[in-house]
Amino acid sequence: MSSAGPPQGAAPSGGAAQSAVRGERAGTVLPETPAAPAERAAESPFHRIATDFLANPVAVVGLGMLILVILAAVFAPLISPQNPYDLSQLDVMDGRLPPGSKSPTGGTFWLGTDDQGRDMLSAIFYGLRISLAVGATATVLALIIGLSAGLTAAYFGGKTETLIMRIVDIQLSFPAILIALILIAVLGQGTGKVIAALVTIQWAYYARTVRSAALVEKRKEYMEAARCLALSPVRIVFRHLLPNCLPPMIVVATVQVAAAIALEATLSFLGLGLPITEPSLGLLIANGYQYLLSGKYWISFFPGVALLLTIVSINLVADQLRDVLNPRLQK
Amino acid sequence: MLVFIIRRSMQSVVVLLIMSLLVFVGVFAIGNPIDILINPQADQIDRERAIAALGLDKPLWEQYLVFLKGALTGDLGRSFVHATSALGLILERMPATMELAIAAMVIAVTLGIPLGLWAGLRPNGIAGRTIMAGSILGFSLPTFWVGLMLIMVFSVMLGWLPSTGRGPTTLLFGLVPVSFLSWEGLRHLIMPATNLALFKLALLIRLTRAGTRESLLQDYVKFARAKGLSNSRVIGVHVLRNILIPIVTVIGLEFGSVIAFAIVTESVFAWPGMGKLLIDSINLLDRPVIVSYLLVIVTLFIFINLIVDVLYSALDPRVRLTDSKG
Repeated sequence: MSSAGPPQGAAPSGGAAQSAVRGERAGTVLPETPAAPAERAAESPFHRIATDFLANPVAVVGLGMLILVILAAVFAPLISPQNPYDLSQLDVMDGRLPPGSKSPTGGTFWLGTDDQGRDMLSAIFYGLRISLAVGATATVLALIIGLSAGLTAAYFGGKTETLIMRIVDIQLSFPAILIALILIAVLGQGTGKVIAALVTIQWAYYARTVRSAALVEKRKEYMEAARCLALSPVRIVFRHLLPNCLPPMIVVATVQVAAAIALEATLSFLGLGLPITEPSLGLLIANGYQYLLSGKYWISFFPGVALLLTIVSINLVADQLRDVLNPRLQK
Repeated sequence: MLVFIIRRSMQSVVVLLIMSLLVFVGVFAIGNPIDILINPQADQIDRERAIAALGLDKPLWEQYLVFLKGALTGDLGRSFVHATSALGLILERMPATMELAIAAMVIAVTLGIPLGLWAGLRPNGIAGRTIMAGSILGFSLPTFWVGLMLIMVFSVMLGWLPSTGRGPTTLLFGLVPVSFLSWEGLRHLIMPATNLALFKLALLIRLTRAGTRESLLQDYVKFARAKGLSNSRVIGVHVLRNILIPIVTVIGLEFGSVIAFAIVTESVFAWPGMGKLLIDSINLLDRPVIVSYLLVIVTLFIFINLIVDVLYSALDPRVRLTDSKG
């Protein structure tokens, strides 16, 4: 027992010594630079980005809101007062109760109920889950397709580039909602088809962004060095080119998640999105539309607030990410 | 210039053809309009007669060729549901959509440019910050939900404005039915137009602000100030004129998107325009109307893009129209 003491005590000091050595080394490499930038250089890029991000209180509030929204979506089954899909828990007699009404089982409908006696708070948690899942899935798929297309265009150039970028140009000259409606009219309705429509809309944004970033990076010396080492094109593109094109992509992807969620909600509101069996926020709002005129605002109002909070928080985070990740704004 | 326009028009025809083919085949591939349009109680003979009358018995390529031939003569087929010319149906609803879109654009421009200018001149003032926060909200608010909330506040709670429809229309120049000429029509128009304008308003504010901030740092502004020009002249002539170039482009391009987004606003406010017709047609699988709508709107877009390009060169003499970029 006593022999275990010294090594344990030694470990932290060893770590401190190591970091001190590293700091010294950083100092010797760049003797002319003042202390502060040297310190910054020793930080990991992730740490720098995190520090810069947290410097803006508005962005921190946005991030906090976003984390809450995501937690609510992920843990919806645990935090919801009732399961809005379990018909045995619903009672039509509870239909259209205003917010704060008592339920017969002793609970409270904090945000009221819809026409089928569904607790709006639970319906919103579950709806948030579906909206976020659809938005995130579409963004990830579109990101993969857009990245591949954009990098291919930038790396190979020539006819491949002309073809890909012409398709992107034509597609981006039409508004997203129009393309989504054409696709839904063509493909038909359903969750998979909505995701397909969102992916088709979004890939073009990623392809364009990554291509312009890659065209700049392509001319830099490290790319030349990689080519001189006769690395395979796959390795050059994925290990050298892609990581350096990521910062603008992260910003665009964040904005696009919000756009995808808003578009899905719009499609669902128009009755062309997700099926009624999977009520996303847009569908919940559409459900309340007919009761709005009789003054029963809560069925449409609260799902809309949830949608708004989600989109605003994502946009706030994206705004700050844009500033943090933009090298031109670095002091 | 002429070469540019001709070249662009030819490109546009190709895009139109591709779009029409894609949409035609796609819409054909889903669902079976026969099941929806023909009375299920009808006997076999009636069914076949109806199918022949609608031209649904012919092979797909033949239907497309018939459609294409019709398209060249301005006949885009007959609506399955309304039993009238599909193009006629759309053109009949077009003035309503156009009026809504133009009203929205007018609201966005008359509010957006002054507010953006203000925010750009005083980026750190309270007003500037409030305007910017408002524009983030304008970007984030889902259009359809804002529409519902407007109805809730102004129609249900306050009872000031009618919630749906277009109201009475008056003929403008004896040709186009519009609602903004009568008080009642204006009351119907104001809410949907505001709803449609919000997103573009936010966009214009951000664009004007960014342009103002950028041009204030330019040498020509410093020079104009050094020359002793009045503040209003520096801003009104030197700053505004230079930021107008990107703004005019965006206004032109966004006009198309306003027409597309009118689909949502029209559905919320039951505004009898092309967009509502499209949604109804998608739900009823009324193919000729869907295809015609898309062709009409694609043509409109191509036309708008062309006008914007020409206007752009007129505003900024540095831009020379070349055929290198489509």
